[in-house]
Amino acid sequence: MTGKISILYDTIRLEEKLLIESAKKNDIAVDMLDCKKLFLDLNEKNCLEGPVLQRCVSYYRNLHSTAALEGQGAKVVNCLNTGIFAGNKLFTHMLLQKAGVPTPDATVAFSKDSALDALKKHGFPKIIKPTVGSWGRMVSKLNDMDAAEGIIEGREAMYPIHHIHFLEEFVQRPPRDIRVIVIGDNVAAGIYRNSGDGNWKTNTHLGGSAETCEITNELEDICIKAKDAVFGDIVGIDLMESNEKGMVVHEINNTTEFRNVVRVTGVDIPGLMLEHVKGLA
Amino acid sequence: MASCPECDANIGIPDDAVEGEIVTCPDCGASFELSKASEGFELKPAQTVGEDWGQ
Repeated sequence: MTGKISILYDTIRLEEKLLIESAKKNDIAVDMLDCKKLFLDLNEKNCLEGPVLQRCVSYYRNLHSTAALEGQGAKVVNCLNTGIFAGNKLFTHMLLQKAGVPTPDATVAFSKDSALDALKKHGFPKIIKPTVGSWGRMVSKLNDMDAAEGIIEGREAMYPIHHIHFLEEFVQRPPRDIRVIVIGDNVAAGIYRNSGDGNWKTNTHLGGSAETCEITNELEDICIKAKDAVFGDIVGIDLMESNEKGMVVHEINNTTEFRNVVRVTGVDIPGLMLEHVKGLA
Repeated sequence: MASCPECDANIGIPDDAVEGEIVTCPDCGASFELSKASEGFELKPAQTVGEDWGQ
């Protein structure tokens, strides 16, 4: 056993640089593997040393490389099941609900007409989200039937995944959400992400600001349950503070970004991640 | 320091740069991926944000 970790990536973001720095600082041997340069003979056994920390930013590259490596016998963090389940908002919703984790009410419709029927029944506003997607892209707030017809019609012309209309309640909440990083059974740190000026979305990619969120027992309990619901190991959990229901989980990130959590809380997330993955060898 | 293949401006390469990192030309805004060369790095066109990129 070498204690070595492979980090599989396709783009070096700040997160990957922080992981490299932390590995150097803590004398952890890592192999940086560029997934774009990788080919895997699927009939062969795994030839990587130690566990693999999956960091590919491309959803499809991430999912398929995890499937191949895991199938060959490698220990990949997160596992394929987490990639599948956390990578899809509908799958996540169903698993959270089954596990008793509060999550916003949602409806799925499989055509424009049925989506509009659902909106007529449930009313406005509603949020429409791609079941697969990140960074708040193509997440829209539907305020009325005119907006809904236009947006849903546009989606019908797109790739078929966008014909699955995932409609979520617009949660009444303070103008912020919460990002929590969970590493194994350790709820490592959390931040509030405040909405940017005039934007109802809280993604820090979209100009939102961040501040430390204290990890209460309630928050810890919800986050561990949510992580377990998608068979996760290292995940970023996004929650909202619903005026009506208290904390609700609306997303679980399989290859979580953590730069703002590190910047705001000072918690050594990359160090904790590497120690955790090393311990799986 | 490297020259931008698009506009020939100077692009600073950070001291702690690693292969695969994306750098952006301060003049024209084009993005390049750092690729190992015999000495230091060379620039190759970077994939812009993919439709399936995210976390």
